[in-house]
Amino acid sequence: MVATFTRPGWYRAALCTVLAAAFGVGIVVVLRAISGLPAFQSEQTGYPQVVVPLITAPLGFLLGIGCFDYWLRWGFGLPTIPDDHSSHGAYSWKDYFKVNTDHKVIGVQYVVTSFIFFLIGGLMAMLIRAELAQPGTQIVGAATFNSLFSTHAVLMIFVFIIPMFAGMANYVLPLMIGAPDMAFPRLNALSYWMLPLAGILFLASFLAPGGAFDAGWTGYAPLSTGAPLGQSFFNIGVQFAGFSSIFTALNFLVTIITMRAPGMTFWRMPLLVWANLSTSLLVVAATPFISGAQFMVLLDRVLHTNFFQFGAGGDVISYQHIFWFYSHPAVYIMILPGFGIISEVISVHSRKPIFGYRLMALALIGIVVLSYSVWAHHMFVAGMFSWLRVPMMLTTLLIAVPTGIKIFSWLGTLYFGKIHTKSTAMLFALAMIVTFTVGGISGVMLGMVPFDIHVSDTYFIVAHIHFVLFGGSVFTIFAGLYHWFPKMTGRMYDEKLGRVHFWGTLIGTWGTFIPMHWVGMDGMPRRVADYASQFGNWNLLISCFAFMLGAVQLIFVYNMIMSWRFGPKAPANPWGGKSIEWLVSSPPPVFNFDEIPRVVGGPYEYGIPGARHAIMPGEGAEVPATRQTMVGS
Amino acid sequence: MFTNRLPIAKMAGAVVALAAIIAAVMLSINWNGAEDSTAAPKIDNLMNIMIVLSSIVFAIVVVALAYALIAFRAKPGDESDGEPIHGNTRLEIAWTVIPTIIVLFAGGWSWKVLDEIEEQNPKHLTVDVFSQQYAWSFGYPGKGYAWSQGVLHVPVNRQIVFKMHSQDVIHSFWVPQWRIKKDNVPGITTTAIVTPTKTGTFQLICTELCGFGHASMRAKVIVQSQSAFDKWVEGLKEKVPTDMMVSVKEDTETNPEPLERVEAE
Repeated sequence: MVATFTRPGWYRAALCTVLAAAFGVGIVVVLRAISGLPAFQSEQTGYPQVVVPLITAPLGFLLGIGCFDYWLRWGFGLPTIPDDHSSHGAYSWKDYFKVNTDHKVIGVQYVVTSFIFFLIGGLMAMLIRAELAQPGTQIVGAATFNSLFSTHAVLMIFVFIIPMFAGMANYVLPLMIGAPDMAFPRLNALSYWMLPLAGILFLASFLAPGGAFDAGWTGYAPLSTGAPLGQSFFNIGVQFAGFSSIFTALNFLVTIITMRAPGMTFWRMPLLVWANLSTSLLVVAATPFISGAQFMVLLDRVLHTNFFQFGAGGDVISYQHIFWFYSHPAVYIMILPGFGIISEVISVHSRKPIFGYRLMALALIGIVVLSYSVWAHHMFVAGMFSWLRVPMMLTTLLIAVPTGIKIFSWLGTLYFGKIHTKSTAMLFALAMIVTFTVGGISGVMLGMVPFDIHVSDTYFIVAHIHFVLFGGSVFTIFAGLYHWFPKMTGRMYDEKLGRVHFWGTLIGTWGTFIPMHWVGMDGMPRRVADYASQFGNWNLLISCFAFMLGAVQLIFVYNMIMSWRFGPKAPANPWGGKSIEWLVSSPPPVFNFDEIPRVVGGPYEYGIPGARHAIMPGEGAEVPATRQTMVGS
Repeated sequence: MFTNRLPIAKMAGAVVALAAIIAAVMLSINWNGAEDSTAAPKIDNLMNIMIVLSSIVFAIVVVALAYALIAFRAKPGDESDGEPIHGNTRLEIAWTVIPTIIVLFAGGWSWKVLDEIEEQNPKHLTVDVFSQQYAWSFGYPGKGYAWSQGVLHVPVNRQIVFKMHSQDVIHSFWVPQWRIKKDNVPGITTTAIVTPTKTGTFQLICTELCGFGHASMRAKVIVQSQSAFDKWVEGLKEKVPTDMMVSVKEDTETNPEPLERVEAE
């Protein structure tokens, strides 16, 4: 009985969560008693007796589930449980519910968890579109509507797109660079386990008095500093999501820099690796800004500091500067890994080397650098000092250049290739090129200050972000999931269902998000539950396409679940890829490689007879002397 | 050069044709509604330039993709690789430099338009905008701080400098037909400049999420002749309430230098 609660696992996690929550309440009560205040406080923004346990209880959960066991034992001088990677691998579905340090298990945990949040966030989108199908309020009230679109955005951004990319890279990246695991496997596990906690905090805010947070995902002060308790759930949830992504990014950086297989120089890394290197550089430097901004809001709310309180020395606009200093780089955090995926998929399925590999890698780095200098383009009408607008406009427009390089180089890759469209992954990759171009064009238009003044905070913005985040990021996520599904599960998925899913998603995306541009330019503001009746027909059309878009995602879910269980066994290399992950079995062995492979050439050596990217130990194949490096021609 | 193995002339023709069709259709539609301020045609022209440039870029991407899918599809059963082409330096320089020129051109034009629409006329009229959850009210400093609630009157063909103040959270002032928008930020005074060119009744829309009443936070805007405007202001009974005036005085001016307040007309 005692052993049940001392072993790391769900029982101990439940116990520790309760104890930590009680500890949190206790600390508040004691501190307030010492200060001569009543034990509990339930002003709209206060509730310290709830806010503090919201921080301690998730930490208790992490402690209980076993994320800190090794470090604590080591720190206290106790005999550590030898971490010989014997807990590696998942042998039954139950193993996915334990703390596991295998990057492949963590990758699957990440992907599945974030996909569940995608479905929940998608359901919210359906409710939003149901409400907006007609003018007036029918289904939800204005306050609930505000909560719904705020939570929708937060779930999609913080616990779907960002961690989904982290999850896929977690699985694929160490294999790609010939590493046995990530550099810090225990930190990797901790990163994962913070993710569901963040998602649950966001969702739990619906239970708070006053409803879920409703100041938008941007949470602008002073609307957020004065909002009901639900806002604190957001402030704290972001901390867990943020730490999760920072730890993962650190892990990727160290893994990529120090654990590449012998022979894999930087210029021999697949572009997915370059993409995650760039993304990680963004994450580690930018994410602290949103953590800081949300902490300051939380302190304003609970401890009545005045970081953002006007009239008390605080500055309202500084919130936006700090927030966007993260949240603009964040949009690249949400697309650069996708760029990496598209590069892999297009190269493999057109049997061609990436066109202009080095420029592709440099474009990623260019985006990283530029993306720190564009944040205030979200604030052209915010009333900030007006001189900042023109420089921010110019950097914003210039960031289209490296993005354009990516688009043109993908197109160049297709030329004189052998394009195979039998894989749904390739369909999504090709569609993403066009869809993302549209999102890029509207992005350039938004970068132009005078036009932005007109369409800022209208449905044009909603159209733009969904074209880049759904037509961009989500398409790349689907491309990646289809591409590496055989590798991750050892099974093939059903291509027929995949095609239905693809065409439904493509038509649904364009049908839903293209008309949003029009209503926005014509005068419909965003974030409204009710709108002028002149927009009624367009919104009805948008809602119909949105429901179709939502419905076809169920086909994907069905396809993935059924194929995972009953699909035909996947060969090691179903698509004929050259990078290292395709040289191991599907799914890969528990320890990835018995012996580390040797990298002997660039990652996309298509069309050269006998050219290799890597040689597995024991193969002994001769490397042709003609092409040892990537570039040339 | 592998490019001479492509039907460049035909592809270019397809790009031109597609771009022309897209641009023609897009330009024939009045996207932004009526143009009722001096800024509106300038912003719409800027947008139209972007529509033309974007149509070309979009057509290039679509034609390039379509041709690749027609010409380079693998035959069934063909498992061979494509040609080992790793890049083309000239082409890569071209698609780095040309987009740079295009976006800098767009940026320069935008800068010019921005300066034009924000250029201040010495004979402007200053109007204070007060916003609070979920209502608008307006003060007319040149008219002894007369106050109107829920309805804004301005004269036609005269530059109006709006000085905006929020009492609680951020709101945003938008009249779509004027193409002008500016946040009203508590603690600071923000400024927007408009010269209405048509008389009539318009709607002022709040475009910054400000709470559950955000969607219904509207006000009526009436643009009328100077004489009708003067008469209307004369008839206003109320003055701007003291607490609002106090909050105005306490606000920080974000851009003080070009916009000194004109006290009397």
